[in-house]
Amino acid sequence: MLEVLDVSGLVTFQDSGRRGWQSYGVPFSGPMDWFAHRVANSLVNNTTDSAVIEIGLGEAVFRAKRDCVLAVTGAGFEVVNYIWTFPLWTSFYVRAGWHVHVKKICGGNWAYLAIAGGFVTPSILGSRSTYLRGGLGSAICTGDILQTGKPANELGKLAAQNFPVKKYMNYSQSPVIEVISGPQQDKFTKDGIQTFYESEYTLSNSFDRMGYRLEPVPRTAQESSSLLVPSSAQSITHLASADLISEGMTMGSVQIPANGQPIVMMADAPTTGGYPKIANVIRADFPLLAQCEAGVSKIRFKEITVEKAQENYREVCNSLKTPYQ
Amino acid sequence: MLKPLGDSAVLLQLGDEINPALNGRVHTLNALLHTNTITGILETVPAYSTLLIHYDPLTLTFDQVADWVRDKTTQLDESFHRTPRRLEVPVRYGGASGLDLEAVARSKGISPSDVIRIHSEREYTVYMMGFTPGFPYMGTLDERLILPRLQTPRTLVRAGTVAIAGSQTGIYPLDSPGGWHLIGWTSLTLFDPSSGTPFLFSDGDVVKFIPLEPLKSDSLLPVTPE
Repeated sequence: MLEVLDVSGLVTFQDSGRRGWQSYGVPFSGPMDWFAHRVANSLVNNTTDSAVIEIGLGEAVFRAKRDCVLAVTGAGFEVVNYIWTFPLWTSFYVRAGWHVHVKKICGGNWAYLAIAGGFVTPSILGSRSTYLRGGLGSAICTGDILQTGKPANELGKLAAQNFPVKKYMNYSQSPVIEVISGPQQDKFTKDGIQTFYESEYTLSNSFDRMGYRLEPVPRTAQESSSLLVPSSAQSITHLASADLISEGMTMGSVQIPANGQPIVMMADAPTTGGYPKIANVIRADFPLLAQCEAGVSKIRFKEITVEKAQENYREVCNSLKTPYQ
Repeated sequence: MLKPLGDSAVLLQLGDEINPALNGRVHTLNALLHTNTITGILETVPAYSTLLIHYDPLTLTFDQVADWVRDKTTQLDESFHRTPRRLEVPVRYGGASGLDLEAVARSKGISPSDVIRIHSEREYTVYMMGFTPGFPYMGTLDERLILPRLQTPRTLVRAGTVAIAGSQTGIYPLDSPGGWHLIGWTSLTLFDPSSGTPFLFSDGDVVKFIPLEPLKSDSLLPVTPE
C-alpha cells in the first residue's frame, strides 16, 4: 500500500489503454509514453497491461505503508527514495514508512511509477486507465491510500533491476519525429505541406493528455521579434476550407485547423475530429513527442512509409522482450 | 478509397457528404466487418461517410487490412442487409432544461410548439457517436430548425439535455460544455459505465422523440448561465 502525501499536476492511473469503445465516443487513453509505461511494469515483473501511476505537469510524494519495490521511468524526473536520489529506469526497495518523491527536473513531461504486484483499482469498460473528461476514474489526490496486489516474486529479487542503457528511448530536446502522410493531403496547398516538413516546431503551453498544440520556432531574427504571432510563412495553408465532415482519428493524428498550426492528438484524443489531417506520428515515436517540453524542444517532422513505421515499432517491441539482454 | 491513418489504422472513405444512404452503407459495412472479423482487427469507428479500422501492426500489415476491407465491401453490394434498432426517447421540451427553445422559435419565426412538433415528428438516424462517451450525432433535422452553433459555447450543459445544431440533433450523455441549442431534456441515462450495457445508443440506431407534457414548475436543476 502507498499513501499519497502530496501531488501536483495531473496524476492518474493508466494501464495499456481502453480497447473496444471508440465507436461509442470513448477515447483509447492509456499512457502518453507507452515505452516508459511498459518498462516500468517489466522492471517490477508485472504484466505489461498493469496499471501504473502516470505523473505529469507536476510531481508527487508517496509514503510506503509496508515494504515494497517500486520502479520509475519516463523523462524529466528523478526519484528521491528516503535520503537517496536515483535516476529513473531502475527498480528499488522501499521500507515501510519511507517517503518516495518523484521530483520534476528538466528534459520531459511524464513519469511512470509501477509497484511490484500492481495497483488494485477498479476496471471501467475493461480498463484501469483514467479518462477525466469522460468521468472514467478520477485523479489521484493527496491523502489517497492506494491498494496494491501481491508481487510476482520475493521483494529482494525484484529490487535493483536496471533497464539496459543501450535500449533507452532516444529522448531528445530536438527530435526528428517520423510521420506517415495523412489521408487529407489534397486539402492542403503544396506550400502548406512543405511548410509542415520544413518548419521547426515547439510545444505551446496549452498541452494536456488530449492534444499537443505546436507552434513554429521563428526561423530568422526578424521573425523572432514577433514571437507570439507566427509568421504567415510558417502557417500551413489549406486549399479551401479547414473543415472536414467528422471522421475517426487516432493518437498521433496531426490536425491542421484554420490557423494553420498543427495539433497532434495524444492519448485522450477524441475518437473523431473535423479538421484535415496532414500526417500521423508513428507509434515508435509517440514517446519522443510525448516527452517534448513546452517552449524548449525543437521538433521536426520527417515522412516515412507505413512499412518502415511498422518495422520500427516491431524493433522497439522486440527490444523490450524480457529478460533484458 | 482506403488510406493509412498512421501505422495502425486504415481509413475507408465511402463518400464526402452527410446523407442517410451513404451513412447507411457505412453502418452496414461496419456490421459486416464485425460478423466476420480477422485476428489483429482491434476496433472500428464509423462516422458520417467513413469507417476507421484500428489494427495491431504486430499482427497485420496495411495491405492485409486493406484487402480484407475491400473484399467485404464487395459482399456489401451483393446481399448483406442490416435492420436498425428503433428507440423512443421521451422529452420534456422547454423550461430550465430546454433554455433555448424560445430563442430557436424566435429566430426561425415560428412558435415554440412548432419547434416541438417539427423536432418530434420525424425519425432520426444515429449517424455516428463521439464528442463525449455516448453522445449520438443524429440527423437529419428539418430545414425549418437549422441554425448555426452558439457563438459562445456554454461551459456546462446537463446530462440528458436534447439539443440541435446545423442539420443535427443530439443528447448530452454527461454534464459537459456544449455549443448546441438546448431545447429539451430526457430522463433516460445515456451512459452508465457500471452497467453491462453502458451505452443507450449505438451508431445506426433509429430514434423518435416523444414529447411529454411540460412540467408545471421547473424543478429541474438549473443550467449554469453563460
